[in-house]
Amino acid sequence: MSLMALREQLNGLVNSMFLEGLLDDQFEQLQMLQDESSPGFIAELITLFCGDSERILAELTKLLDQAVVDYQKVDAFVHQLKGSSSSVGAQHVKLACVQFRQFCEEHNKEGLKGIYFFRCLRALNVVKHEYYLLRGKFDTMLQLEQRIQAYESKQQI
Amino acid sequence: MSSPRGPKACGGGAADRPIHVLAVDDSSVDRAVIARLLRSSKYRVTTVDSGKKALELLGLQEPNVNMIITDYWMPEMTGYELLKIVKESSELREIPVVIMSSENVPNRINRCLEEGAEDFLLKPVRPSDVARLCNRMR
Repeated sequence: MSLMALREQLNGLVNSMFLEGLLDDQFEQLQMLQDESSPGFIAELITLFCGDSERILAELTKLLDQAVVDYQKVDAFVHQLKGSSSSVGAQHVKLACVQFRQFCEEHNKEGLKGIYFFRCLRALNVVKHEYYLLRGKFDTMLQLEQRIQAYESKQQI
Repeated sequence: MSSPRGPKACGGGAADRPIHVLAVDDSSVDRAVIARLLRSSKYRVTTVDSGKKALELLGLQEPNVNMIITDYWMPEMTGYELLKIVKESSELREIPVVIMSSENVPNRINRCLEEGAEDFLLKPVRPSDVARLCNRMR
């Protein structure tokens, strides 16, 4: 595929992510910080975010699997994930975390505790769904970037 | 009085030594973001993941830190606790401290400002926030 076609594909992908709301303005601001002095910034950030998110999702899964759920710990982890998704501009993931936290706060309500637990479990699944959707597109994005950079360094020779 | 330099060239300190910012945050993602934001304004940046490590660095002979920017919510030592320790120390109290938080809690903000914080930034931190800090360096 030609360099121009690769660039078009990458731009198309990123634009669609903005349009669908997977990414927000924060990501756009971060993109502008990538330059000749830090060409790998976005790739590094995405890698950090994904590693961090998957660690947190694994912890949350374990916590909700316990006989007695420690909702304070659950909330602390969701807060962390909300923070990093917000910092990176991962809008849908962030919103899913906000929703999740609301369910965490409600779990103390009188009666029907089982229902609130179920809602938390479902909320976790929504977060996972949004995260893995984003992660798939991030993977494609990084692959395209790598191919483009390989092309560009060949051209400089 | 405003600096004759624009925000882009903010990093030049006395004798053209780049201004050194110590960034404290337990989130690796946020550390990467704040470091990039500061470096693109030509600051020298050191990042640590805890208040304890920040104090270790500040306790060195020549830390040469011109500003501390710290997250509020961190396990073991919060940014507020770090702020208090810095402001109570005769060697460190002149260093401006900026607090970052993802939560907009007026009580929290006031408490930090009363304790001597230079500024309070709401996360996610953006380039315009960093530009604002330019004039507050020591």
